[in-house]
Amino acid sequence: MDTLLIIVVALLAVIALTQAIRIFEISSKIKGTDNDIKVNDKDNNAQGWLMLLFLIFFFGAFAWMVSEYMDLTLPVSASEHGNEIDSLWDISMGVIILAFFVTQPLLFGFAYMFRGRKTRKATYMEHNNKLELFWTGIPAVILAGLILYGLTTWTDIMFPEKTEEPIVVELYAKQFGWTARYAGGDNTLGFANVRLIEGANVLGVDSADNNSSDDIITSELRLPKGRPILLKFRSQDVIHSAYLPHFRVQMNCVPGTETQFQFTPSMTTAEMRMDNDVIEKVARVNSIRSAKGEDPWEFDYVLLCNKICGAAHYNMQMKVVVESEEDFNKWLKEQQTFAEML
Amino acid sequence: MEAHAHHKETFITKYVFTTDHKMIAKQFLVTGMIMGIIGVAMSLLFRLQLAWPDKEWPILEMLLGKWATDGIMDPNIYLALVTIHGTIMVFFVLTAGLSGTFSNLLIPLQIGARDMASGFINMLSYWFFFVSSVIMVASLFVESGPAAAGWTIYPPLSALPQAVPGSGMGMTLWLVSMSLFIVSSLLGALNYIVTVLNLRTKGMSMTRLPLTIWAFFVTAILGVLSFPVLFSAALLLIFDRSFGTSFYLSDIMVAGEVLSNQGGSPILFQHLFWFLGHPEVYIILLPALGISSEVISTNARKPIFGYRAMVGSILAIAFLSFIVWGHHMFVTGMNPFLGSVFTFTTLLIAIPSAVKAFNYITTLWKGNLQMTPAMLFSIGLVSTFITGGLTGLILGDSALDINVHDTYFVVAHFHIVMGLSAIFGLFAGVYHWFPKMYGRRMNKSLGYIHFWVTFIAAYGVFFPMHFLGMAGLPRRYYTNTAFPMFDDLADINVLVSYFAIIGGIAQVVFLFNFFYSAFRGKKSEQNPWRANSLEWTTPVEHIHGNWPGEIPEVHRWPYDYSKPGAAEDFVPQTVPMTEDEIANGH
Repeated sequence: MDTLLIIVVALLAVIALTQAIRIFEISSKIKGTDNDIKVNDKDNNAQGWLMLLFLIFFFGAFAWMVSEYMDLTLPVSASEHGNEIDSLWDISMGVIILAFFVTQPLLFGFAYMFRGRKTRKATYMEHNNKLELFWTGIPAVILAGLILYGLTTWTDIMFPEKTEEPIVVELYAKQFGWTARYAGGDNTLGFANVRLIEGANVLGVDSADNNSSDDIITSELRLPKGRPILLKFRSQDVIHSAYLPHFRVQMNCVPGTETQFQFTPSMTTAEMRMDNDVIEKVARVNSIRSAKGEDPWEFDYVLLCNKICGAAHYNMQMKVVVESEEDFNKWLKEQQTFAEML
Repeated sequence: MEAHAHHKETFITKYVFTTDHKMIAKQFLVTGMIMGIIGVAMSLLFRLQLAWPDKEWPILEMLLGKWATDGIMDPNIYLALVTIHGTIMVFFVLTAGLSGTFSNLLIPLQIGARDMASGFINMLSYWFFFVSSVIMVASLFVESGPAAAGWTIYPPLSALPQAVPGSGMGMTLWLVSMSLFIVSSLLGALNYIVTVLNLRTKGMSMTRLPLTIWAFFVTAILGVLSFPVLFSAALLLIFDRSFGTSFYLSDIMVAGEVLSNQGGSPILFQHLFWFLGHPEVYIILLPALGISSEVISTNARKPIFGYRAMVGSILAIAFLSFIVWGHHMFVTGMNPFLGSVFTFTTLLIAIPSAVKAFNYITTLWKGNLQMTPAMLFSIGLVSTFITGGLTGLILGDSALDINVHDTYFVVAHFHIVMGLSAIFGLFAGVYHWFPKMYGRRMNKSLGYIHFWVTFIAAYGVFFPMHFLGMAGLPRRYYTNTAFPMFDDLADINVLVSYFAIIGGIAQVVFLFNFFYSAFRGKKSEQNPWRANSLEWTTPVEHIHGNWPGEIPEVHRWPYDYSKPGAAEDFVPQTVPMTEDEIANGH
């Protein structure tokens, strides 16, 4: 029924448009004007003004979105390198917003100022090397700065200083879930391959490898605050991507190869729950959830899949907890090792 | 050659298997428009799902059948819709629809040639495209559903029907369709290159070419150099899928079964894919920038500012586009040193892009702007090119990409900078050259309505997506309800979907205007925009061979608008230089 209505409305709209055009044409014939497509001063004036109005509306909408939506964006970084990324982000954003606020008014402002008029004659100017040099040079200098800053940050993240032995944890992805494997006392992961998957050994860990016996397989990811973590990623089937937005961490999980990412959590889950932005976020989310009759939500870090991987891609997640090193060690001791599990 | 103008044509040779570049251009345009309707309609369907995930939509069941029983969309068809939407928009609308239409229409007309170097190859190019389109549309109707691995079809997802149903017959048809598309694209591009190099009329030196032609020419070179790489990527994928090879597959267990494939790398596919994929962005964008250069200069009644800088920046962008593909792969585990190199090369593209933006703006300065619908769309293009281009500085920076990679921030970025800019270029081109194509005029008032609703709706759709991305929302999620942390983003998604629906409806205005005007529009005069370039010296009624008599000789560049000393505010390229001008060294 709805679809039928939509079709009827669409048909009526087309007929209405046809008739409207007819009326336009007939009226312009009666008036003896033939300015149906060629623009005249009236059009130029109206469209020029609309350009100016759009600019005002555009900037107004921008301001509105910043005031309404910025609160919804991710809270403060929960990792050490994340703060570096956030500073780089802020500076880059500052540069592009400045460029945005310089160029858009020029564009729409000129469109308004120089809207056509019968009496106006355009100025013939084909080029000006000084100007060209100016707006090649300025972006080049700014970019040089951004590139240098960006590359320094990237290098810091990708090649962290080896001050402390990182805790090695494997994140294993498959359609549509995550499993974690801690390297245990020797801090070395046992060899694993899909061909060794059998029964309870869902990660295909090689039991003949001495390094594997103390590995610990868990269904949630717990991490100690302040210790470097070396995440190693594997995938069983298709490409997945381990995305930890609160920690500013992302790395693809690629079948047939192993990838890695090192970072240091800097805020425990409990600390993050006390963050003002997070408190507001939780309140906001819970008022929406209670209106829909859903359970209230308590903030937790989360690991998401961020590479299209199939039907349940949208729900491939794992809870992440950051706690004090004591709590972490206590929890880890309670877990079964791979040897015990078999 | 003149004999061409007189021989008799049947319906088949004139409208179907035609070798006339003007008719082929129209064929590309109309086919591209039909594909565009399908692509946009798909986006509206998944926008319904994203904004109202719990609601039952009878229209979904009507259109999608078993994939939306009771009006609730199936996750697999959601993935298929985003996949085919991307494929159709990128390749069928913005590559073939844009470049195919205007390269074909304008290259012979603007350089002063009777037709393309090879009319027959040109015809083949269209028919390969046509068959490719038919196969792509047919793939929507197969039992296991259309391809659903994203338009980038990364293996192993695209290689394994066990992983997603769309990787069965749907993906096979996708690969066949794209292979034919690549053939079409290469035949077209070779023709464009040869035509521009060899068939320019007397006096039409390379530095007197309109910027449209420069853009089409460089685009064709990009296509010839990059599309074969996608072809090889697709071919290897076909081998992996059908003949048991392991180019992209290794150590995989899927649906409880270990595959025998060993030693391949899925990342290899990404390198091959993006070696095309990034130049492809400029294959889409450059023609739109060429069109807007021409439209802005003509309607500003001023020379395009910095012609040589514009050509130089086209060449610079084209060159750089081949050495930046790795910025799509920062988080694949690629060597971090390579990440640094790709960050460096990627951010360099901002320089020629900035030069182009400033040159457009300066062209408006002290102009006498004729606000035709084409001009409005060109100004809109410059706006989206700037807005979308700027966020490229974030995504091209490997360190920043870590946190927004594959989020809605990326969706916002590429839709604004290449989707909107290119589609605005396409609209600008259609409004501007409609009188050349159909000998009639489009309705101006409808054009204005179309522009303003489209422009506002387009920004309304894509601008808020930046904030979704900054909230960490991944793209290609069937619904965002599985994570409470995204619950407070639902309102933005509703707003975006409303704008998408409004923008979609606005295109009905355009379609109506287009088809109404093609048959019933007012007859156009020969040079309605008082433009300088050669296409406006041909008669309104199309003839095979373009000019009834001799091909005109060219005496100047195409941008002598409002030249001091000239009687009118335009001096066509066919007007010989006066002695004053020669003395002034032009």
